[in-house]
Amino acid sequence: MKRRDAVQQLLLDRGELLVVAGLGSTAWDCTAAGDSALTFPMWGAMGQAAMIGLGLALAQPQRRVLVITGDGEALMGLGAFATIGVQQPANLTVVVIDNEHYGETGMQQTHTAHGVDLAGIARACGLKVVAFEEARNVIHQGAGPHFVVVKVEAEKIPLVLPPREGALLKARFRRAVLGPNADLD
Amino acid sequence: MGCKMRWPEAIHKELSGAGVRVVGYVPDAGHKRLIELCHTDPNMRAVVLSTEEEGIGLAAGAWLGGQKSALLMQSSGVGNIVNVLGMVRECRFPLVTLVTMRGEQGEFNPWQVPMGQAVRPVLEAMGTVVQYADKAEEVAPIVNAALRLAYNSYASVAVLISQRLIGIKSFQEQAAQ
Repeated sequence: MKRRDAVQQLLLDRGELLVVAGLGSTAWDCTAAGDSALTFPMWGAMGQAAMIGLGLALAQPQRRVLVITGDGEALMGLGAFATIGVQQPANLTVVVIDNEHYGETGMQQTHTAHGVDLAGIARACGLKVVAFEEARNVIHQGAGPHFVVVKVEAEKIPLVLPPREGALLKARFRRAVLGPNADLD
Repeated sequence: MGCKMRWPEAIHKELSGAGVRVVGYVPDAGHKRLIELCHTDPNMRAVVLSTEEEGIGLAAGAWLGGQKSALLMQSSGVGNIVNVLGMVRECRFPLVTLVTMRGEQGEFNPWQVPMGQAVRPVLEAMGTVVQYADKAEEVAPIVNAALRLAYNSYASVAVLISQRLIGIKSFQEQAAQ
């Protein structure tokens, strides 16, 4: 599967879905599918995408939260899956777009290229692992936390970049979620 | 009532009064009582972390969703959050970190000393405002001020709670906690 097609499908008719995009290729994939104030794309803090998703899911229990990140980013923060497993946020789905390579640093192989099983780790931590075909369904309904691994081709494709300024990305996201009071709290 | 509130109770009261709803922590003997208070508070979600770094993501996500949080850790944990403090600074996320100190006054474990002594310069190098409490009665007002600075001025603020206040002087005492 091609990564941009996978992410495009995940974000189709996203509605009010809150999205955290892990740094690197997955942030570009989410932007290629359509930049949105309801997406928080990361340019750093590698390893924290799933935890930002957890914080958001706990703060907004009535909304659905989707983390889309890469295998390298997920590997840097494996402990997050244990922490999510303890909290059991029903409204959170984490999708790993797994190309088995570090795409931004020269396409070195990640651990998943050597058989490390991210879905097995997530399952052992207490997340509900579902197939890509079911992903759109569980993103929008049902009791999570859900976890999806999508194996994709390791390809070099044109960058599609979101805004870079962190304070802007934070402020626009909060305004989109919280309304005009976002700046007054 | 009538007796003076202990500092962990006083911190909990400040967190509660400021509307903190999410408390991330990596356990520390010095934070034992405060962690218990946060877990039993029906208005707080206490989140056990596998490493302190996760607490920064948790706090950032909670703020993106409109909730205030606090992060509890031991001084050794400060070394685990350095890179992700870059996100806090770049995004101007408000952040309140309460650090129980080791490796300073009367430390018995030499492995605690290097990080304990590096806490302040490391935090300051990453743009976090550092405040220090070494008297029990000062803890609450300092935490109160830290919460206001963080959430009114979108700042990252750490309160270092002196090893004098933790009062553990040996491995045996720590194990008996």
